[in-house]
Amino acid sequence: MIACGRRSIVLWAYSCAGGHLPSLQFWVIQTLNSLALGALLFLLAAGFSLIFGLMRIANLTHGALFMLGAYLGVSILKVVPNLWIAALLGGLAVAAFGGLLERFILRKLAGNILGQVLVTLGFAYIIADLCLVLWGGDPIPIPTPQFLQQPLRVAGFAFPAYRVAVVVLSALVGIALHLLMERTRLGAMIRAGVDDMQMARAVGIPISKLFTLVFCLGAGLAGAGGVIGGPIMSAYPGLDADMLPLALIVVILGGVGSLAGAFAGSFITGFVYTFGVALFPQLAYVILFLPMIFVIAFRPRGLFGKVAA
Amino acid sequence: MKLAALALMLVAFPFIAGEFYVNLASQIFIFAIFAASINLLLGYGGLATLGHASYLGVAAYTSALLGLKLGLGHWIAAPAALLCATLMACMFGLIALRATGLGFLMLTLALSQVLWGTAYRWVALTDGDNGLRGLSRPFHLDDAASFYYFALAVTAASLWLMARFVGSPFGAALRGTRDQPRRMSALGHNVWLIRWITFVYAGFWGAVSGLLFVYYHKYIHPISLSLTNSAEGLLAVIAGGSGTLGGPVVGAAIVMLLKNYVSTYVERWNTLLGLVFVLIVVFMPEGVVPGARRIFSRWTRRFRSAT
Amino acid sequence: MDTALQIRNLRKSFGGLPAISDVSLEVAPGERRLIIGPNGAGKTTLFNLVTGDLPRDAGNIVLFGKDVTHLAAHHRVHRGLARTYQIITLFAKDTLEHNIALSLLGLSKLRWSAFRSFDEGLYGEARAVLARVGLEHLAKKGIAEVAYGDKRRVEIAMALAQKPRVLLLDEPLAGLSREERATVKRLIAGIPREVTVVMIEHDMDTALDLAERITVLHYGRVIVEGTRAEVVADPKTREIYLGH
Repeated sequence: MIACGRRSIVLWAYSCAGGHLPSLQFWVIQTLNSLALGALLFLLAAGFSLIFGLMRIANLTHGALFMLGAYLGVSILKVVPNLWIAALLGGLAVAAFGGLLERFILRKLAGNILGQVLVTLGFAYIIADLCLVLWGGDPIPIPTPQFLQQPLRVAGFAFPAYRVAVVVLSALVGIALHLLMERTRLGAMIRAGVDDMQMARAVGIPISKLFTLVFCLGAGLAGAGGVIGGPIMSAYPGLDADMLPLALIVVILGGVGSLAGAFAGSFITGFVYTFGVALFPQLAYVILFLPMIFVIAFRPRGLFGKVAA
Repeated sequence: MKLAALALMLVAFPFIAGEFYVNLASQIFIFAIFAASINLLLGYGGLATLGHASYLGVAAYTSALLGLKLGLGHWIAAPAALLCATLMACMFGLIALRATGLGFLMLTLALSQVLWGTAYRWVALTDGDNGLRGLSRPFHLDDAASFYYFALAVTAASLWLMARFVGSPFGAALRGTRDQPRRMSALGHNVWLIRWITFVYAGFWGAVSGLLFVYYHKYIHPISLSLTNSAEGLLAVIAGGSGTLGGPVVGAAIVMLLKNYVSTYVERWNTLLGLVFVLIVVFMPEGVVPGARRIFSRWTRRFRSAT
Repeated sequence: MDTALQIRNLRKSFGGLPAISDVSLEVAPGERRLIIGPNGAGKTTLFNLVTGDLPRDAGNIVLFGKDVTHLAAHHRVHRGLARTYQIITLFAKDTLEHNIALSLLGLSKLRWSAFRSFDEGLYGEARAVLARVGLEHLAKKGIAEVAYGDKRRVEIAMALAQKPRVLLLDEPLAGLSREERATVKRLIAGIPREVTVVMIEHDMDTALDLAERITVLHYGRVIVEGTRAEVVADPKTREIYLGH
């Protein structure tokens, strides 16, 4: 059961190429798959990176929030057949849950770094188990939206349209986040907090509210990402355990507290993992290891890191 | 005196208890070494790690593979397994100690997850989700009582050596780096090297617990490398208190007993584990044993003032 | 060697803000040098650069003729550098003798010994050090239980325990009562000539008594330098402190 779901990640690399030896079609498709995975990872990791950068919380619940979003998406789609609306609603629900978690538990543990990590880990287990109880142990695929089911034909290649859409959507989210961070007051406050928390407090920025808001944002992105990733990865027990290490690697590579870092790290990880799985499936994780060590050895802060981890 | 009484009880245990309890005690010993090794880093070094299961797993898998695929006896397989896991600790330490605090924690977690993922996927080597079975115990220690004494002896030796470590000048320096790292640097101590040596030493003992683990179960599966396993070890340290060497041992007993008894009544062990994490952190941050003592003394004081 | 401590064209910026701009100075062996300047002049930053707690942007630090610029902080200690901190950074959970013992360990091969016990020998030596600063009677007390003035003396004792060649004292008289100040002053005055002392201090009257040469820092630059009389007479000094 768990292996079956885990194979979803492994199999998707083969999903269009049919497991053949590298042809041009293969490289093109794998590139698209890499971009799609990178796009999903960005939705996951951007939130993680912001939460870590601003609040110094390593949110180990993040993988579980992604999975929760995916499962909620499954149920919401039974009532609301539109995937994008389901993603929005799922994201909002997970955001609300994240807000409660931050406001009533994490805030009480301010300054207790290990405590916050353990609590988020504890909640990851609780959420994972809850999902198992509510949705059962079999992987549940999420149907691709109708009008994206036909492959796009460009220059003689067939591209799975949904994956293209995911990349586009993620890029839009990235742009929106960038505008948020650079052009709005809220973004300025977040950046100030990431750069220098004490100064931000001294200047009168409402830190508590900001924390809750950022946690909600991060959780919401993860939850929505889970729904959007649904047609590609399905919702299955163990999805949280598969996504969390990828999020960690992205943030370690790209640096904490930086959107550009989350972006770069996501796509690097997406490419390394997808091609790794396609070419050396058994050693994909070892291959993931290498860029991470390389970056850590030379730049412990990650490629774009603002904060010393 | 108390130590002699304890020793007597432990030696006499298999004569008074049934096989189930003797086996349970063996498992507690194994877990105690694991938890104590984590505490070298957490309690004495001030470094929280979520990746310690790596060393347990690497030692266990190495021993299993050398026995299964190369037919090597335990005389060779055991030192090789310990060496392999310790080398892994050397390498992981170099990477993880590029950061401290949360960064260190995340790196240990990420590294450990890479190993875990590899154990599942590198099917040619590890047989993936099937695990490796049909393994043997050294010295044909196949009955509960003999394995118990073996585990008891190894545990006693491990804890004694760890006690010498923390009681030595190096141990005092380690505690110094936990409390005031900058000051220690200003006194001439090589803080990074102290931490790295401790990391490797802790990894070594994690490997020892891994060997005992694979001998006991005669089976190894990727789940033993999981975050859950590392977290349970950390939980044991927190439950028993990280301030002493004995705390994690008590904590290991608590967690093991919890796992064994509660899981027969409560179906959802994972939820319980999660809840236990949350409750302990929120209500008893200094550890279950000190925390319980604090709550207990507050109650008895209230009781005394009421009467 | 002609100079004990030589700083050459040292530079350090934080973000865009220059904290130390092209500072050069030389301290002769055995000299008592005082570094003064208004708040924010960069005095503690200068110390942090010399000890290696902070990496520099440009410039060199030379200790008894050896360039230590690229050495890590703990290696510089092995070359004979010691310091005290402005904010007390003792090991609060431990006894006075344990604190001194950690200092003694820092330069001793014993610190790599991981099997034998941390025995009485080290504590005996620690008590001898405490006796030299008049604190032997408090050896077994915890740092947390001891008066602030005594903590300052432990800080200095910790540094002296290592028999340094250059000792950096960062505001050793800060926050002390009048009697405590007198005691610590006597302690500093009594430091043997083999040790070169560089001191940051705000308390002008007390510090001027101890100093032979004075360096005045302002906005990360050396403004005035010379003997006590020269610096006091210099109009630039008055300008910095009195604004005219």
